[in-house]
Amino acid sequence: MAARVRALETILTQKGLLDPAAIDVIVETYETRVGPRNGARVVAKAWSEPEFADWLKRDATAAIASLGYTGRQGEHMQAVFNMQDQHNMVVCTLCSCYPWSVLGLPPVWYKSPPYRSRAVIDPRGVLAEFGVTLPVETKIRVWDSTAELRYLVVPLRPAGTEGWSQEKLADLVTRDSMIGTGLAKEAA
Amino acid sequence: MSRHDAERPLPSGMDEPVFAEPWQAEAFALTVALHEKGLFSWSEWAEMLSAEVKVPGAAQDGSDYYRHWLRALEKLLAAKGLAPVHDVDDLAAAWQRAAHATPHGKPILLENDPLHDR
Repeated sequence: MAARVRALETILTQKGLLDPAAIDVIVETYETRVGPRNGARVVAKAWSEPEFADWLKRDATAAIASLGYTGRQGEHMQAVFNMQDQHNMVVCTLCSCYPWSVLGLPPVWYKSPPYRSRAVIDPRGVLAEFGVTLPVETKIRVWDSTAELRYLVVPLRPAGTEGWSQEKLADLVTRDSMIGTGLAKEAA
Repeated sequence: MSRHDAERPLPSGMDEPVFAEPWQAEAFALTVALHEKGLFSWSEWAEMLSAEVKVPGAAQDGSDYYRHWLRALEKLLAAKGLAPVHDVDDLAAAWQRAAHATPHGKPILLENDPLHDR
């Protein structure tokens, strides 16, 4: 596999279509600089500032870009807000479309065939595997990502966090809570 | 994590590193870089990748995901006439020979292929 990747790189570099240094920059960016911390900041801001939450609801692409997080594939973002009576969960049944700009790269399970099929058929069962049990009356809505549209779940703000700084709030926002396979952490 | 007896459990190791081997990161970055060069649209890419990951026999734990990814990229670049399959085959073989001929700990260079400049 490594030799085939090298071969592609060599061919495209020779054709002047690729700068090999760009490859290292991209790997470094995604391994160290882009991660779920970006999304956590978006969520914490939405929890703290109603105007920002409104903007995020109406035009997530622009609201998120205002924090400097822009998609590299020109994809649109939609934020889906959890409510007491509705929980949101994100999947990409086709391949692995994922909101990279706010969550980094997807975890292994997100790309696995069982998650891609079962999230749609049996979301409650999948949530149980993640240790999440929701009240039976809570509806679960599953959003299927595409190459053009990616979703960010805004989890419910945990109780007992009134007056917290956005920084402190962001620490409660886990990656899984923004995919919808988890909830935000409880206030310690 | 609790696990009930679902027919097809989710893979274990919920927080493994996203790339298991360096070539996976390179294949990923190569795709992002070529898309940014405008060589294909992201929808074209997603279509090709989704066709690959759908093939029967895909590993249930997702461990072959980047194998599919690389195959999708090769197919897309071949279809666009940017990297014909036989060129990739030849060069991959050259890289492999170069790797074998390079002393341990030295960087692998294509020039190290014993058949280089034949």
